[in-house]
Amino acid sequence: MHSHVVVLFLSAFLFSIGAIGVLVRKNAIIVFMCIELMFNAANLALVGYSHFLKSIDGVMLVLFVLAVAAAEAGVGLALFVLLFRNKGTIDVDKLNILKW
Amino acid sequence: MEIITNHLLTILIFLPLAGAITLLGFQRDNDGGVKLIASFFGFMNLILGLVLFFCYSGNGAVFQFVEKYQWIKSLGIQYYLGVDAVSMYLITATTLMTAICLVASWNIKKYVREYFLCILFVESGVIGALAALDLVLFYIFWEVMLIPMYFLIGIWGDYKRIYSTLKFYIYTMAGSVIMLVAIFTLYWLNGKGNFEILGMYNMSIPASKQMLLFLAFFVAFAIKVPLIPFHTWQPDTYVNAPTAGTVLLAAVLSKMGVYGFYRFALPLFPEAAMRFTPVIATLTLVAVVYISLIAIVQKDMKRLIAYSSVAHLAIIVLGMYLLTTQGVQGAIFQMLNHTVVTGALFLLLGILFERSASRQIKDYSGLAKQMPLYATFFMIAMLASVGLPGTNGFIGEFLLFIGIFKANIFYAVIACSGTVLGAIYILWMYQRSFFGPLEKEENKKLPDMNVREFGYMIPLIILIFVMGIFPQYFIKKFNNTTVSFINTVKTGHAVSMIIDNK
Amino acid sequence: MIKYVWLVPFFPLIGVLINGILGWKLEKINKGIIHWIACGAVGLSFLVVWMIFRELLNLPPEHRHFEIIVYNWFTSGVLSVNVAYLVDPLSITMSLFVTGVGFLIHVYSIGYMGHDEGRYYRYFTYLNLFMFSMINLILANNFVLMFLGWEGVGVCSYLLIGFWFENKEFASAGKKAFVFNRIGDFGFVLGMFLLFFSVGKYTDIYTLNFYNAMSHVKFIPVAVASAVGILLFIGATGKSAQIPLYVWLPDAMAGPTPVSALIHAATMVTAGVYMVARCAPLYLHGHSAMEIVAIIGGVTSFFAATMAIAQYDIKKVIAYSTISQLGYMFLGVGVAAFSAGVFHIVTHSFFKALLFLGAGSVIHALSGEQDMRKMGGLKDKIPVTYWTFLIACLAISGIPGLSGFFSKDEILGKTFASGHYFLWFLGTVTAGLTAFYMFRVLFMTFFGESRVEPDVAKHIHESPATMTVPMIILAVLSAIGGYIGVPHLLGGSNRIESFLEPSFSYGGIETENLFHHVPAGTEYFLMIIAVLVGLAGIYVAYLFYMKNKSIPENLVKKYPTLHKLLYNKWYIDEIYEAVFEKPGHFLGSVLWMIWDELIVDGIVKGVSNIVRGIGCGLRFVQTGSVQFYAVGVLLGIVITVTYFLNF
Repeated sequence: MHSHVVVLFLSAFLFSIGAIGVLVRKNAIIVFMCIELMFNAANLALVGYSHFLKSIDGVMLVLFVLAVAAAEAGVGLALFVLLFRNKGTIDVDKLNILKW
Repeated sequence: MEIITNHLLTILIFLPLAGAITLLGFQRDNDGGVKLIASFFGFMNLILGLVLFFCYSGNGAVFQFVEKYQWIKSLGIQYYLGVDAVSMYLITATTLMTAICLVASWNIKKYVREYFLCILFVESGVIGALAALDLVLFYIFWEVMLIPMYFLIGIWGDYKRIYSTLKFYIYTMAGSVIMLVAIFTLYWLNGKGNFEILGMYNMSIPASKQMLLFLAFFVAFAIKVPLIPFHTWQPDTYVNAPTAGTVLLAAVLSKMGVYGFYRFALPLFPEAAMRFTPVIATLTLVAVVYISLIAIVQKDMKRLIAYSSVAHLAIIVLGMYLLTTQGVQGAIFQMLNHTVVTGALFLLLGILFERSASRQIKDYSGLAKQMPLYATFFMIAMLASVGLPGTNGFIGEFLLFIGIFKANIFYAVIACSGTVLGAIYILWMYQRSFFGPLEKEENKKLPDMNVREFGYMIPLIILIFVMGIFPQYFIKKFNNTTVSFINTVKTGHAVSMIIDNK
Repeated sequence: MIKYVWLVPFFPLIGVLINGILGWKLEKINKGIIHWIACGAVGLSFLVVWMIFRELLNLPPEHRHFEIIVYNWFTSGVLSVNVAYLVDPLSITMSLFVTGVGFLIHVYSIGYMGHDEGRYYRYFTYLNLFMFSMINLILANNFVLMFLGWEGVGVCSYLLIGFWFENKEFASAGKKAFVFNRIGDFGFVLGMFLLFFSVGKYTDIYTLNFYNAMSHVKFIPVAVASAVGILLFIGATGKSAQIPLYVWLPDAMAGPTPVSALIHAATMVTAGVYMVARCAPLYLHGHSAMEIVAIIGGVTSFFAATMAIAQYDIKKVIAYSTISQLGYMFLGVGVAAFSAGVFHIVTHSFFKALLFLGAGSVIHALSGEQDMRKMGGLKDKIPVTYWTFLIACLAISGIPGLSGFFSKDEILGKTFASGHYFLWFLGTVTAGLTAFYMFRVLFMTFFGESRVEPDVAKHIHESPATMTVPMIILAVLSAIGGYIGVPHLLGGSNRIESFLEPSFSYGGIETENLFHHVPAGTEYFLMIIAVLVGLAGIYVAYLFYMKNKSIPENLVKKYPTLHKLLYNKWYIDEIYEAVFEKPGHFLGSVLWMIWDELIVDGIVKGVSNIVRGIGCGLRFVQTGSVQFYAVGVLLGIVITVTYFLNF
């Protein structure tokens, strides 16, 4: 097996874990962490291919993704704190007031 | 002076906008200042409109006051303005009616600043749409005038205002969107990478495509006019709109539909227009009889005049489509008449409804005794509306009928029968509300027109007579334009026939 | 002076402008100014017409034709219409009596309307406006300007009938007049268009000018000419109150009496006859149209006379009489006796105006009473009115020597000579009926014992001089007016006929065979029959209403249905209401409520309801749960990716 296939598989595996986590977990923070997991799965693929293709582009992109993810984490966590203060819960099933 | 005449159209379009912005600088409770400044801007624009009217030469080129600049180069959208006699007349009429509307609205009580702002916005949109010679520019202005109308009806209207304004807005919007699709199709078919309307007149579109495009444009304009069966928004909207809103709708915006036929639907798709003429003739003729019959049984004065407006516009559209010299000239002349006369009638009704809450005919009787001046003005406007010789209505109707007669005798017979029905419904209304004994106590306190009301009505009354007695002064300005219009449509027709055959 | 013919309509127009704009002020200052302006304007017009008339007489007959263009009214393509006036014998004859009688009635109005506070200026404004329109109608050199006058007089009629608009019925009568005139105008306009295009088609001359169009009318097919004639005649039936559009005229009596005299007797209602005479070549060419004119005229004259005999309102009787006399005029022009028709217009305008003014004077004396059952015995109380009224009655009854005799005889004689024997018979019977109902009015009003209500009787007074002087002048005219047309048979030279002839005979249409030669003996015989029938009518009226007053009552008892039929004017109004008004109303309501509101608007609302319904259904997809949306996103990605991988 080629090593880049291994990288892809690992990346896909991590991504799937993250996706399933986003879809099924109730706790907003866990959901959030799963999103981070998906990011990092993508990052892994980018870094891997950067290595195999002898190109700096992928690595650069990863840096951007990390920066954005960090910013997002900041905003997201702040939202959760506020939500918890107002609603007393961060269970995503209960946060469904934005419906019909 | 040079700079004004060179950019007259731009100034005409943006001066009301400047006025609207100036109004924003006023305190919310400074109603007096708002009224004065708004009216001032209205009058300035009226003066410019008159400059346009007097500077437009009937013997010169068809399109005058042309301004052309690149706007969005990559898309080929230009800032391209210019007027022929028809748009010139309609612009002048718009400035006149807007100025009058502004003065007529001094009794508005709530959100005064915003009210005048909306009227000025409408004016900008209408003048822009009339002056635009670029399809996208036209479309932008076409939509611009819709939005302030929506607020005018929705905020200051009568009790069914929300329903009416939504119906009006969505109906008109639906038509416009279909037209937008057609505009883009035209752009691709044209292949020159621009939206110049006049350039598109020379396109030869295959007949099958013409049909679809024509229908798209037709529906948009038919809604605006409105023609049956697209008219049901109109009585509701006219009745529930505030006076200025109704006047703008009836006197100004309804002309935009006819103007659309004149500027787009006919010259762009002559072949399709010719093929659809029998359908349109049927629609308009049915409208004349059917709407008039409905008008006879109306109990609400404003609704009655609203229906009468539909009937008159139907004849105008018919005259335009039959493409005889007299018919087209009559249609154009009658558009101006309709602006003046229907505008006057709705303004007069507005004067009455400011004094007394009821719109029902049965609540009035003997008004001629209580308000003699008002009754006289109403009588004059009414007689102009039924086309009495000596008033402007006669010249328009006469030319229209003779033009229709030339094209088809049968059409003319039905169209003429509309004048009989027209006399019945409007005279009967007049008789019931103005004649008879003055019975109701509350009607005995109605004051006659005051100086301000007299002041803004008198220009319209004078116009009714001037246009009826010296119509040639007005007709000769649009002679060249109509000739070139008919030629464009007829030769365009010939060209597309050739293409269709191979 | 001829080139200043535009002054004729101009003076009344000035009167309209001054009185219309400043009248409300003038009325407060001094009422006198108002009527001086109004009467002065019409008087000046009359003077101008008179001078033109004198000038015309000094010219040789073939040169008595001028067209004075004032300005170009409008031009559109091949259609060009001028505001231009035509001076020829016909138009000058008409305007002479219109301005003359108009002036007298203006003067009469000063007295009659003197008590009307607050609207005095309106009355005179309308009256001057009427004169302006009527003069335009007559002097116009083209159809469009004539139509301006045509509709203009209609509006003035509308305004003046509804002058006392506080009364609902009066206002309604005004509207009725306008609407019925409009129906007629509908035909008139179409006829005008058809003439314009058919003359244009066959001769390439597009014109609405009378002389121009009529000179070329011989080139169009007879059937088309007939169609044009019939359409124009529809207009005439509206304006001149002929079957089937006559019903507005009796109701039009709601207006002030001088108005009835001026508009609904002497001038406006004769416009239709004038129009037919003006289009003489057209009618000569399209002879089936002319035949219809004659038949409608003859039948109307008889029919209206029958209605007149059972009315009790003094003005209504005279109104039906007007319809009947107008029928005579149409009979005249319908058998190509154009000058006879116009002659009768002129004489009729004298005696009919006089009858109305007399009736007005009676009504004035009785403080507004119009029912003849409440009159009687007024002969000595208002002698001037009585004598003038008597002269008018004699004139209309065709008593030899008075004006009505000559014109009526001319028409009947020509009808006979043209071979319309039945119409001649109808006309002669009508002459008898005319004499009967006119003397019925005379006897019921002026003779017998007074049936006036006591509190009214105290105020009976002769009218002021402004009223009686015009009546006396008209009485003189009614008596001697006929001498302008004494027939050759009686040793005259029929000057009016030879004067008018050039206005009818320029179309180049063969007219030789229209009249057979009638031997002088037969002519005398016809004349004597007509006179005898008239005298018989008078005698019967004398018998019924003077000698043996039980006869009418017995007749009513014997033939109740006939009386009811006549009294209710053959129920024509009711029939019109049932056939046109009610169904029209019903149709309007159905179209509005059911078709327009329910179906057309229903479809519009249906579309919006469908959109709303779909939206209502689909909104439940929005659960609010983030994870539900995320599943949607994922599914979307999967589907998209699969799609692009496979295709």
